[in-house]
Amino acid sequence: MTNGGAPPAQPLLDVQDLAVEFRTRDGVAKAVNGVSYTVAAGQTLAVLGESGSGKSVTAQAVMGILDSPPGFVTGGRILFQGRDLLTLGKEERRRIRGAKMAMIFQDALSALNPVLSVGTQLGEMFQVHTGTSRKEARAKAVELMERVGIPAARARVGDYPHQFSGGMRQRIMIAMALALEPDLIIADEPTTALDVTVQAQVMDLLAELRREYRMGLILITHDLGVVADVADTIAVMYAGRVVESAPVHQLYKAPAHPYTRGLLESVPRLGHKGRELHAIKGLPPNLTAIPPGCAFHPRCPLARDVCHTDRPPLYDVGPGRTSACHFWKETLDGAR
Amino acid sequence: MAPGEPLLEVRDLVKHYPLTQGVLIKKQVGAVKAVDGVSFDLRQGETLGIVGESGCGKSTVARMLVGLERPTDGHIRYRGEDITRLSGRAMKAVRRNIQMVFQDPYTSLNPRMTVGDIIGEPFEIHPEVAPKGDRRRRVQELLEVVGLNPEFINRYPHQFSGGQRQRIGIARGLALRPEIIVADEPVSALDVSVQAQVVNLLARLQADFGLSYVFIAHDLSVVRHLSDRVAVMYLGRIAEIGTGEQIYDHPTHPYTQALLSAVPVPDPGARAHRAGASAGEGRGRILLSGDVPSPADPPSGCHFRTRCWKAQELCARVEPPLAVPAAFQDATGPTRHASACHFAEERRVVPSE
Amino acid sequence: MPESHVPKEAIGHGDGGTAALAIGEAESLERAPTARPLPPGGEPTGKPRSLWSDAWHDLRRNPVFVVSALVIVFLVVIALWPQLIATGNPYRADLAKAQQGAGPGHPFGYDTQGRDVYTRVVYGARASITVGTCATAGVALLGGLLGGLAGFFGGWWDTLLSRLADIFFGIPVLLGGLVFLSVVTSATVWPVIGFIVLLGWPQIARIARGSVVTAKQNDYVQAARALGAGNRRLLLRHIAPNAVAPVIVVATIALGTYIALEATLSYLGAGLKPPTVSWGIDISAASTHIRNAPHMLLWPAGALSITVLAFIMLGDAVRDALDPKLR
Repeated sequence: MTNGGAPPAQPLLDVQDLAVEFRTRDGVAKAVNGVSYTVAAGQTLAVLGESGSGKSVTAQAVMGILDSPPGFVTGGRILFQGRDLLTLGKEERRRIRGAKMAMIFQDALSALNPVLSVGTQLGEMFQVHTGTSRKEARAKAVELMERVGIPAARARVGDYPHQFSGGMRQRIMIAMALALEPDLIIADEPTTALDVTVQAQVMDLLAELRREYRMGLILITHDLGVVADVADTIAVMYAGRVVESAPVHQLYKAPAHPYTRGLLESVPRLGHKGRELHAIKGLPPNLTAIPPGCAFHPRCPLARDVCHTDRPPLYDVGPGRTSACHFWKETLDGAR
Repeated sequence: MAPGEPLLEVRDLVKHYPLTQGVLIKKQVGAVKAVDGVSFDLRQGETLGIVGESGCGKSTVARMLVGLERPTDGHIRYRGEDITRLSGRAMKAVRRNIQMVFQDPYTSLNPRMTVGDIIGEPFEIHPEVAPKGDRRRRVQELLEVVGLNPEFINRYPHQFSGGQRQRIGIARGLALRPEIIVADEPVSALDVSVQAQVVNLLARLQADFGLSYVFIAHDLSVVRHLSDRVAVMYLGRIAEIGTGEQIYDHPTHPYTQALLSAVPVPDPGARAHRAGASAGEGRGRILLSGDVPSPADPPSGCHFRTRCWKAQELCARVEPPLAVPAAFQDATGPTRHASACHFAEERRVVPSE
Repeated sequence: MPESHVPKEAIGHGDGGTAALAIGEAESLERAPTARPLPPGGEPTGKPRSLWSDAWHDLRRNPVFVVSALVIVFLVVIALWPQLIATGNPYRADLAKAQQGAGPGHPFGYDTQGRDVYTRVVYGARASITVGTCATAGVALLGGLLGGLAGFFGGWWDTLLSRLADIFFGIPVLLGGLVFLSVVTSATVWPVIGFIVLLGWPQIARIARGSVVTAKQNDYVQAARALGAGNRRLLLRHIAPNAVAPVIVVATIALGTYIALEATLSYLGAGLKPPTVSWGIDISAASTHIRNAPHMLLWPAGALSITVLAFIMLGDAVRDALDPKLR
């Protein structure tokens, strides 16, 4: 287990109080409202949340690929290896993308260019960033494809994305992200579109590569099972905020936020046929009209008057643990 | 129908889609064997779960059950009557009793129709079910049954969230008071917290109306939760079928074992004993190599043999029948269930809780 | 069949045990209309509206639409009642005033035969608007019907129709017009309209076929089929309403080009024929005198340009409003 060690003095990525909004014709949607999380080198942070929780938007802001307009970063800092990315110019950020941090998308078919062979696309990474020759780039592409476990890589380097299966395409995406040996990889739902047996293969590959290259990994997902399998720490997001963050074992054993607890209780288990699931009542909020106070209060079984009015701060609830709940103590005790 | 007789009997169901070549004169050059000999029963009030990965043919089975596809071969008997050869009016009457709930709540509701029109449409197609003056009231009752406000009757689908839309789809499926509901991945497109609400709703409706479900999903946990019996499909055939306990706790088919072992368990404590185990040994995760072969050109004999660590020469030659394997003929416990494998043996892969 | 479709116990079920109570709560909360989530794209949806009212909401705020719609309304009114703004007679000729410039009461001057250009420009709107609207209606009906059926039924019917459309696509419009219309002697607008419909339908048919094929694959069509709905219901209730928007957009834009086509054909002597008053005919007659009397050409040509532009701009605005992907 990697989660026991003391955190290094300076984390690889330190997102502080990030705020992003979308200005649309229907009003301003506050997609991210003060998100803070850190990733250390060689660690896996899982960002867990439902659709609209802001987990992908945060990642796009970190990568610098937010569609703007309508999306705008309106506050906070993104410290990457000590430098605030938000103060850098466009050209500097472009140089960091791919070389220092890379992203893996959910839909590999639409993330790869359909009219270029995978070898060309992989080789391009080297040609653009390091100025290697075409021939050399091709050789490196084959090497990478072998590294991510594509059978007969030398023969298939000239094939096009649609000629590969979903799992193989996702491996090619991983190879592209890996090409320049970045320090940070952000994987946005990398296995959601894959079958369970293929998902297991891809997740194993990711974990292995992370160890080998000592990269930081941000895994964005909604799957509680995948998180339990690979994460060191977890940040749970709800309505554009991190509502709880904790080392993985502690979070699953004793969640300190009612939303986390609700999520854990609402998934059916493989081990038994249940009678009734403990569903979280209601729906996630519309981001143009986030409830005042704690955004979760309309769905929360513990909600009291204070939750309707006061936005809970991030309480320190233990070593490396925070919770944005006024009643974190009760939640924690109730879970034990 | 005699008591105890199955409501639905599916026998040797086959669906091949021809592959053609040529522009003007189409020549058949092969076939995609989407479903290649599937048999099962569905009894009154029970839930049969069908699991499998994409391309295994589970959705095609669903579409044949509700009459959206005509089988290439085989029979579907509903209360003893073969419905695969029915046409016109007779088919329409059967359709009343077998309804479908679709996967994608965003494309399964007509965006130009109000919720009232969508749920009321079954009554327009089958006017004998409800007199005209009564329909609005029935639609409102249905909305209430699925947990939506009856006042929403004049709203449009895009005004609802995914979970609410799926409730509308379920209400439409219930309108004709069918006996069987075929649900094709009904909760896969929903968020985790909303998924549980819809799963609970489906369970409650089954209890209230005595429905029988064919529940198709790739999420093995949800299938376990809802199903009495489970069929595991691979490349157009059923690999293993049995009760939830038999399949999940005592699987004997290697594919079922690999599939179950690959499901990530929401418990970080399970990590230690899952990692490290290689195929064929221990209780850990079984990592299958390679991809599912193309259904246009499935392997001979056992379809799974190309990815199976137990495969021998026999597997390429002889297709294993879906029956209780010889090794378990004399067993009395839950290992005694149908499993299409020449070398079936029990292996527990799901961590007990 | 029991008397009531849904037994009352079922509705009351949620009030049972504690676990069941959780459902009841969940549902009462789901009823709150304000609690709406984000679509997968990450952008929030707006207030509840249907596509058509959404489009209308957009159009009213679009100055391009407002201006072009006002121009078109004005054109339609004078096409119906030219006397409203032109009291003269478009046929009254006064050769003594031939080719004279603007004068009091005659702001646009006179043409070669001494007819009032202003009156003729106003009366010319009727021919253009009639040809444009009738040809578009015909093209949309024929093309929409054939294309829609081809898309819905597929198979040999689709193949046949697509080939037929290709053949009509291959006919050069002007050459076809000159050949086809030169044998017609009628002075009415109908031969021109017929010709445009004959050559115009494949364009709409292709659009209609494509959007029907797309709509046909939607799950709600499958859902209706699974309920036992017949082809008529599938087409009219589920497919047509969801496939009609692109047809409307293309037809609106095409309307402008049909008006221009009519003028072109009339200019070449193959379109409308005197005594019909048409901008194309007047432009043709004026073109030989462009040096000494440019006003004879400029006014009808200006009217024609404004009309064509108005329809094309309207089409653009409608497309922007109906096609949310472009927003």
